[in-house]
Amino acid sequence: MKYLKNVSSLKFFPEKCTNCIVCIEVCPHSVFLLRNKKVEVLDKDLCMECGACAINCKYGAIAVNSGVGCALGVINGMITGRAPSCDCGDSSSADCG
Amino acid sequence: MINENINILDFCKKPEYFETVGRVSPDWSWADYFGLINCRISNSFRMKYKVGAGLYALGEPDENSDVFVSANYKLSLDILRKALNGFSAWILVLDTKGINVWCAAGKGTFGTNELVKRINKVKLGNFLNHRHIIVPQLGAVGVNADEIFKQTDFKVYFGPVYAKDIKAYLKTGKRKTPEMRKVNFSILDRVVLTPMEIIPAFKKFFIFAVIVLLFFGFEPAGILFKNAWEGGMPFLLLGLTSTIAGAFITPVLLPFIPFRSFAIKGYIIGVLVVIPVILLLNIPEQRNILILIAEMIFFPSASSYLALQFTGSTTFTNMSGVKKELKIALPAYLISIAISIILIVFYKLNILGVI
Repeated sequence: MKYLKNVSSLKFFPEKCTNCIVCIEVCPHSVFLLRNKKVEVLDKDLCMECGACAINCKYGAIAVNSGVGCALGVINGMITGRAPSCDCGDSSSADCG
Repeated sequence: MINENINILDFCKKPEYFETVGRVSPDWSWADYFGLINCRISNSFRMKYKVGAGLYALGEPDENSDVFVSANYKLSLDILRKALNGFSAWILVLDTKGINVWCAAGKGTFGTNELVKRINKVKLGNFLNHRHIIVPQLGAVGVNADEIFKQTDFKVYFGPVYAKDIKAYLKTGKRKTPEMRKVNFSILDRVVLTPMEIIPAFKKFFIFAVIVLLFFGFEPAGILFKNAWEGGMPFLLLGLTSTIAGAFITPVLLPFIPFRSFAIKGYIIGVLVVIPVILLLNIPEQRNILILIAEMIFFPSASSYLALQFTGSTTFTNMSGVKKELKIALPAYLISIAISIILIVFYKLNILGVI
């Protein structure tokens, strides 16, 4: 299953990449691929912006705007002007099973 | 779950370490299975389903045994210990406020700082001969492996996404196949999540029902139950129908519904399910065109809204996409609500003979 086309904020900077493949190790959607010993982005539309690759890339070769992806969280964020939050931690409308 | 408290000294020949830890069993009791089911239907139960953070022993671990990191959501620990049946290992449980690994990692509670703190607190380095820990792959969202190594000397291995793959992962010398890295979202995964979509939606439905019944029952002389029921019943039935369309049918049939947008998917199912019910309920002499139009506008939108909420439960949608959907969908929902309200108010004023 894929979500909307061309919306993911994933950015890959090949010039900073050392091909250590930690991104391939942590990505749950196989967004990255090792081809001819070089890391490439296989399909950006598969990216769910979880941010695992960016936080674990020592060389700053990946940037992604990660955050809560539930609609209510985003609406809360729009109303309060803060980062989207679904309050899964303590209150009512949690979907984080 | 905890059978006994054991002394680490019994297992590891490191006399400087005397602390005791709880030993967990790989077997599930009836209470564990009951807890699993309850977590899927009750939010309040799930939010309190916690275990204490710290170190646990499984089997007969020693100073060479692997260390698995987990969350203090009890179900997370339960799934891990069950998957490790037959193995001896240490389990390091982080304080994630009772939230599962992936969600907690997204919020940072299953994160670098907590892991460093916990490694130091249980003095992991004092009794182990090795310096590596296995963190579930989805924990990588919050755990910076390089930072853990710098601060604690422990090398992080990101294990498989699913605990069921751990045995195969250990057998191949901590190597993951591409399949072990992938998160799934099967029809069963989706069905399991729908009660938590439907139950909160029904709470809103209750408020909706009260407003609808008061509206249709309202007369200058007071509330008439006969009117409330006759006028309100189709609305309540359509409310139920659109809730099921958006919070159950759409999530379950997700990949089979055209378009990638959840709002559109929910709208399509809403139209397909709601319109036949509207037509079935339509007894010409009793029904009014204003009501009919209001129903056709409002209820498919309600289904669409509920379907969009499911983005929070999926494993593949992203925040940028949800924001994009909401930019278009939210104004559309508000307009639909406004038009529907205007139509039924007109209808009511007409009935009351005001216009």
